[in-house]
Amino acid sequence: MGAYEENGLGALGALGDRTRQAIVERLVNGPCSVGDLASELPVSRPAVSQHLRVLKDAGLVVDEAAGTRRVYRINPDGVLAIRAYLDRMWGHALASFEAAAIRAAQDGGSDPEPAGTLDEQGGQT
Amino acid sequence: MKEHNVVASQVVEPVRHAVTVPLASDAAFRLFTTDFNSWWPAHHIGEADLEKAIIEPAVGGRWYERGVDGSECDWGEVLTYDPPSRIVLRWQLDGEWKYDADPAHGSEVEVTFTPDGPGRTKVQLEHRHFERHGSQGQAVHDGVGGDGGWAGLLQLYADKAVA
Repeated sequence: MGAYEENGLGALGALGDRTRQAIVERLVNGPCSVGDLASELPVSRPAVSQHLRVLKDAGLVVDEAAGTRRVYRINPDGVLAIRAYLDRMWGHALASFEAAAIRAAQDGGSDPEPAGTLDEQGGQT
Repeated sequence: MKEHNVVASQVVEPVRHAVTVPLASDAAFRLFTTDFNSWWPAHHIGEADLEKAIIEPAVGGRWYERGVDGSECDWGEVLTYDPPSRIVLRWQLDGEWKYDADPAHGSEVEVTFTPDGPGRTKVQLEHRHFERHGSQGQAVHDGVGGDGGWAGLLQLYADKAVA
């Protein structure tokens, strides 16, 4: 079952890499070509292709031909892709919640703490 | 293939985040729920830009967004509403970020509010049961299924996530 083991390692790598997380996050908003992704992310086109290959091997994205282009989208059955996206989403959301809470504490006239502490668990490894 | 989903349900590691805020727990709870829209970032699923994101403050309440064009998209439902300490929501957006009306395909978000000294609250969020989104499981059928493939992958991932 060597191929399956490679898939497993691919999925681990896919979720541990910031660029690949950014690609997953972008693809959630709609299918994209390699060129689209390269123009939106601070990485080269060959690098994007390489990341997409890892994501595809891991079962997180699927691709299809669209005319002369190859278009990538999230694998709707890719549970780990959903998880990776939501991990980032909640990280952003709680940071925003914390900022709002600090504002609310200041508006309330109470003695505000200098800052809340943001600690993330179970996130990127 | 059913047995793979059963295995998956045991090993997909929940997403966990925590933050400590300078508010008493009742104020923190209210900010999170009733005032959800005041802090929610611009994430949205509808085609229109987000006007408002709403958690209805009661068990059975809707969790949804309203677009600037007036369209509404459901995200899920309030399962537990226990101010000022706990709320549980069902997340019903599938892998294509479309609302899936079947509750069996929804994952769960639990948020707890624990006092951490005067005027401070630790807010802990756990998003769990992702495997329920994968119950259609084409990847399981075609790609990584068979002889421990999918289960092995998830176990590897679970080990890594808690390492």
